[in-house]
Amino acid sequence: MSQPNDISFQNISFQYPQGDEWALKDVSFHIEENEWVAIIGHNGSGKSTIAKLMNGLLTPQSGRIHIKGLEVNEENIWEVRKKVGMVFQNPDNQFVGTTVIDDIAFGLENHGVQRDEMLKRMKYSLEAVKMEGYENHEPHNLSGGQKQRVAIASVLAIEPDIIILDEATAMLDPIGRNSIMETVDHVRSERDVSVVTITHDLNEVLFADRVIVMNDGEVWKEGTPREIFNLHKELGEIGLDTPFVTQLSNSLKSEGIVLNQEPLTHKELMDELWTFYSRT
Amino acid sequence: MSNSVIIGQYVPGQSLVHRLDPRLKMIMVFLFIIFIFLANSWMSYLVLTLFALLSVVTTRIAPSFVIKGLKPVWFLIIFTFILHLIVTKEGDILFSIWNFDVYSGALWKGLEISLRFFLLILMTTLLTLTTTPISITDAIESLFQPLKRIRFPVHELALMMSISLRFIPTLMQETDKISKAQASRGVDFRTGTIKERLKAVVPLLVPLFVSAFKRAEELAMAMEARGYKGGEGRTKFRELKLKPMDVWIFILFIIVLITFWILRT
Amino acid sequence: MDILFENVSHIYQKNTPFEFKALEEVSFHIPAGSFAAIIGHTGSGKSTLIQHFNGLLKPTSGHIRMGDFNITAEKKVKDIMDLRKRVGVVFQYPEHQLFEETVEKDIQFGPKNFGLSQDKIDSRLPEVLKSVNLPEGLLSRSPFDLSGGQMRRVAIAGVLMMSPDLLVLDEPTAGLDPRGQKEMMDMFSRVHKETQRTTILVTHSMEDALKYADYVFIMNHGKLVMEGTPLEVFQKEEALNQVGLAVPEVIKFLHAFESRFGQSIPFKGQSIQELAKEMTEIVRRGVKDE
Repeated sequence: MSQPNDISFQNISFQYPQGDEWALKDVSFHIEENEWVAIIGHNGSGKSTIAKLMNGLLTPQSGRIHIKGLEVNEENIWEVRKKVGMVFQNPDNQFVGTTVIDDIAFGLENHGVQRDEMLKRMKYSLEAVKMEGYENHEPHNLSGGQKQRVAIASVLAIEPDIIILDEATAMLDPIGRNSIMETVDHVRSERDVSVVTITHDLNEVLFADRVIVMNDGEVWKEGTPREIFNLHKELGEIGLDTPFVTQLSNSLKSEGIVLNQEPLTHKELMDELWTFYSRT
Repeated sequence: MSNSVIIGQYVPGQSLVHRLDPRLKMIMVFLFIIFIFLANSWMSYLVLTLFALLSVVTTRIAPSFVIKGLKPVWFLIIFTFILHLIVTKEGDILFSIWNFDVYSGALWKGLEISLRFFLLILMTTLLTLTTTPISITDAIESLFQPLKRIRFPVHELALMMSISLRFIPTLMQETDKISKAQASRGVDFRTGTIKERLKAVVPLLVPLFVSAFKRAEELAMAMEARGYKGGEGRTKFRELKLKPMDVWIFILFIIVLITFWILRT
Repeated sequence: MDILFENVSHIYQKNTPFEFKALEEVSFHIPAGSFAAIIGHTGSGKSTLIQHFNGLLKPTSGHIRMGDFNITAEKKVKDIMDLRKRVGVVFQYPEHQLFEETVEKDIQFGPKNFGLSQDKIDSRLPEVLKSVNLPEGLLSRSPFDLSGGQMRRVAIAGVLMMSPDLLVLDEPTAGLDPRGQKEMMDMFSRVHKETQRTTILVTHSMEDALKYADYVFIMNHGKLVMEGTPLEVFQKEEALNQVGLAVPEVIKFLHAFESRFGQSIPFKGQSIQELAKEMTEIVRRGVKDE
């Protein structure tokens, strides 16, 4: 590979102090520049541990992690945290400021950004998540989805190379979830940034370029969403669901309908059916 | 869901008093309180009272609202007054009720102490009515800056205050939720003996503490992930800058104090 | 428990600048024994509504009848403890209410408050543990040592111990992974069928409403905007979209199928395999016709 990966995990093993089992066992993977990767797996599969290793909130017992060619260690940790922005699960417990603007300021202040530069970055990051006009709102007057969008804006203001969403939509209602996915999609269309979503929402997986499936602390499979959902049966065996469209097309296949590619959306499946229907 | 949690008593507004630099506001209130205790003549009290009333008018907050804000202390003010009537025995006897003599000295003394008390509470109330808690925090951080030299954790203290302010509404909502959940499990918070009611608080407090600790843990992690490493090398977004208007008002205030000083006996 | 709401409104902080109408003239009837779902997005008035079921809130106007209990603005709810004993509420994230030293004590907390005898508690416990799928070995553990999913089951066990006539579930699957969600809902479905009680499920999930409920209520801005069987309500895709809700995926797909192929497959709860079979027939016929 000519250019350095955004993220590389080499033979990472990790164990929690109180845990008696390894949370991660010899995990290796790469995430490329500008890639959107979804990491899925049932609870306890090690997917959230991966997120916390990426910016040094946890330190592995063995193996090396590089972010943009920079090794994650004691020495580089603050440099790494400038490159990796993270959005956590609970919208309330990551909102530090008393108002929206103060919350965005918090990260900028930590990184020593000058005030006039702050104002610029605040403006565009609020625009990016469509929260202009909410500058002086207090967190208890915002919905969960709005708080998470502020969290994304706070991350964007630091101008990171990588954004990690660690189950950031798990506590939101469907409207909130959609707004977050749309926001991330919109952000990606405007700037170069890699996105790692850690999730168990199948619809979020469809946004990703690539999926890493975790099972019992190991990388179980890597591939495009299409390739992964093709493994319908095997996914079921490790406790993961597949989307409705996948389930339906599998049933259709067993009825003898020939589908050329694994459909992911309603439209794709409908088109396949139509092709089959109009074939003579 | 009641979204109207009000922290402190801040009443939003755009008046001169609202816009005054919070540091100056705090210094002025502080000086004012000291001078209340230095007052010793009718005229000096008059100056202070006029200034206080002028301040109330300038805030453009309805006086009735201000009075209502003083409600909890009215009792204390009146109580102090009556206490003085009873215990002070100076000057001439003015009149007697039920064999009890009221002295003129007692009346003056009582009025004086009550007035001091009233002015003190009024001015501090005006401060909290016209200044957001976060501005007060900023002002404290800025005013305490010199204490950094003696390693007083000024930044940490201010951060702690602002995070507490941030989480008060969240914890209030949480308290409401948990108390409703426990009420649904048959806890009765409203009736019973004191012992029973104290016992009813345990199912409320334990979950609140558990959740507060969990929040603190997650918040600490989020802060670390967002690059927080203490006050060192940190820039500041909220900055306090003195405006010409602030200076003028302060000069006016000093003139009032000088007048006051002259009118003392 | 038979539930009747007549023109129920609830206004928070009435006559203040913060006045907020959370419920407006809501009327409905839920017959005893039914499994009803209440759907609406955040802020639609769902949470306010369910707090009326066990008298945590009283209506500001209107009349509520919960079985034999009457709740109105003026009257004090007589025997509110008795009402709460018979209406079990599983709140959102119910694990947040745990506080006792052991799982056993926490499960017994509610029943003891409501004056259930120790004999009755002891005899019901094994059965309840079985229905929420908690091993008896956990009873002596601290609830705070358990996993999130187990903690939630402990909280639910405490509610089931009362064997309430009405079980109110406020988004009971929030925050669980897909497998945990399915297990949780299957458990409630089983509990509902076993005991013939009334169940009210508050949810965002159209799929769950379709799968488990026999009657659906749609809330929006404090008003009840639609009601009916899931099949009736979910036919009205456009009306639902207008209040910011989507129809379940399966119905959405069938609608699209109908407009593409000109032939409808009426949904009556078929499994995916059954639907695939019906679709295959239509699609194959097309091939033969040509």
